[in-house]
Amino acid sequence: MDARWLARRLGQILVVLVGISFITFVLVWLAPGDPAQAMYTSQGITPTPEMVEEMRARLGLDKPFLTQYVTWLGNCLHGNFGTSYSLNKPVTDLMLARLWPTIKLALASLVLMLLVAVPLGMAAAVRQGSVIDHLARGFSFLGVSMPNFWFGLLLIWAVALKLGLLPVVSTGKGLDQLIMPAVTLAFAMIGRYTRQVRTAVLEELNQDYVIGARARGMSERTILWRHVLPNAQLPLLTLLGLSLGSLLGGTAVVEVVFSYPGLGNMAVSAVTSYDYPLVQTYVLWIALIYMVINLLVDISYARLDPRVRRGARS
Amino acid sequence: MTGSRPGREDPPEKNQVDGTPLLSVQRMTVSYDGTPAVSDVSLDVTPGEIVAIVGESGSGKTTVIRAVLGLLPSSGQVSSGDIRYEGRSLLDLDQAQWLDLRRHRMSMVFQDTGAMLNPVRRIGAQFVEYIRTAEPDVTRAQARERAEAMLERMALPDPRRVMDSYAFELSGGMRQRVGIAMAMTFQPALLLADEPTSALDVTMQAQIVRQMLALRRQEGTAIMIVTHNLGVAAHMADTIMVMRAGHVLELGPTDQIIDHPTHEYTASLLASMPSL
Ligand SMILES: Nc1ncnc2c1ncn2[C@@H]1O[C@H](COP(=O)(O)OP(=O)(O)O)[C@@H](O)[C@H]1O
Ligand SMILES: [Mg+2]
Repeated sequence: MDARWLARRLGQILVVLVGISFITFVLVWLAPGDPAQAMYTSQGITPTPEMVEEMRARLGLDKPFLTQYVTWLGNCLHGNFGTSYSLNKPVTDLMLARLWPTIKLALASLVLMLLVAVPLGMAAAVRQGSVIDHLARGFSFLGVSMPNFWFGLLLIWAVALKLGLLPVVSTGKGLDQLIMPAVTLAFAMIGRYTRQVRTAVLEELNQDYVIGARARGMSERTILWRHVLPNAQLPLLTLLGLSLGSLLGGTAVVEVVFSYPGLGNMAVSAVTSYDYPLVQTYVLWIALIYMVINLLVDISYARLDPRVRRGARS
Repeated sequence: MTGSRPGREDPPEKNQVDGTPLLSVQRMTVSYDGTPAVSDVSLDVTPGEIVAIVGESGSGKTTVIRAVLGLLPSSGQVSSGDIRYEGRSLLDLDQAQWLDLRRHRMSMVFQDTGAMLNPVRRIGAQFVEYIRTAEPDVTRAQARERAEAMLERMALPDPRRVMDSYAFELSGGMRQRVGIAMAMTFQPALLLADEPTSALDVTMQAQIVRQMLALRRQEGTAIMIVTHNLGVAAHMADTIMVMRAGHVLELGPTDQIIDHPTHEYTASLLASMPSL
């Protein structure tokens, strides 16, 4: 785990990104539907064949495939991801406008989830079979089985309509707009993570070092927070990384329910309107976050687990 | 027999004067999920006495020693009999009393100290935590100093480096010495040791045994040691308890057990006795 290792990992990320850019470009190139046509249609215009031809030339769609790809890649490297066909705006601007709300929502829902799932899962593990364990189980079951959009709608009905505490339609700017979508996303994750935390903690409680700590006169609370939790978090890291990745890709359903200006929302409409530049950029973003998160997870393992950092076999 | 065998040390003076037991296990039966694993065990340990428990694997040695420290797994329970320590029954201690006992009066060395330490925290951090849990007024720096002094006493080279290491980075012998150093920090009246040398090579075994003997000499610590090495038992112990299938087969002074085993089983253990 050193600078060379990091440089190699970053290099790999770059290579994979270029590869993925090529693949998406090929797929888009092969896909049915003519973007020039789509561009007019999305603006409510029925174009003449001449207009379509002219647009194709303007977009460079009449050029050979490789020329198109190289041009596009060169532009990407300069931060220019093209112009959205359907919205007629630079893709970079569109992405950036959606990025910050998406990141906010992802982090907020993840933190909210951890604040509930970690104590709840720990309590359920420590008091196996108790009331709190059963409550946690019921809660988990609800969280896992209740569809996101339904929970979101219930939340809107209760909090916004009945109680009038929060606005129904979010703009993604203030904290009020963040709360309901974050709670909705957190709710589904809480179910899964409470079970995972419970399992991980139970597993750790069976380890010999817990007996060792008891033999040294450590209180159960110390054992739980200072010994068990730091070990139990390790198997959860990978999972957290995956969740963060999928959240940063946008959460279309929840964003639609709350009219939240996130990436998921945008991606769906980009796909349905054959907005190739937008779709391509979105796919690259997804690939990038998954690889970066993967790298961060590996770095965290090295930081949190000396057996990884100092190169031992566990 | 007459005279002690060569190599074994005489217990300190005061033991021979003071005959009241430090620990008294009285007709103890321990059950796992209701099934007795150890039955009707009686044993007294006087201050400064070394008692060795020997017997084949599964005979109940660990169960006895863990029952004394109150660390049976949740399925295990002392189902009859009594364990008295320093005059009071351990069976009706509450949690706070147990913590106090384990912090100050009684400690344990396991077969693999490494496994008994948190794998993701440094030895030093856990040693300091142990000291400051038992004595909250001690500062971190003082605790560190004390821990390093203890490690040094166990003849560990470079205590600083040991403090900064993780358990997996130390050799088996070093880990055991860390275990003994921690266990001896508060000069407990009783040291419980469950096969503390079984994972070590012969040279290291001898060294650990020597260090435990020195502790008894210097601090008057009573030691209850589980070992399946009769050589270790013969060398260290004043008293040997032979167990088989959850029962005490023989219990008596070391010389008597070694020289005049009354049971075939003990004799066969002796015949296969490795030399220390
Ligand atoms: N956690 C447990 N649950 C059920 N039975 C156990 C448990 N631990 C030990 N036993 C049983 O108790 C008996 C004595 O085991 P133990 O005290 O570990 O023996 P020893 O230390 O002499 O090898 C064995 O028959 C073993 O199967
Ligand atoms: Mg054992």
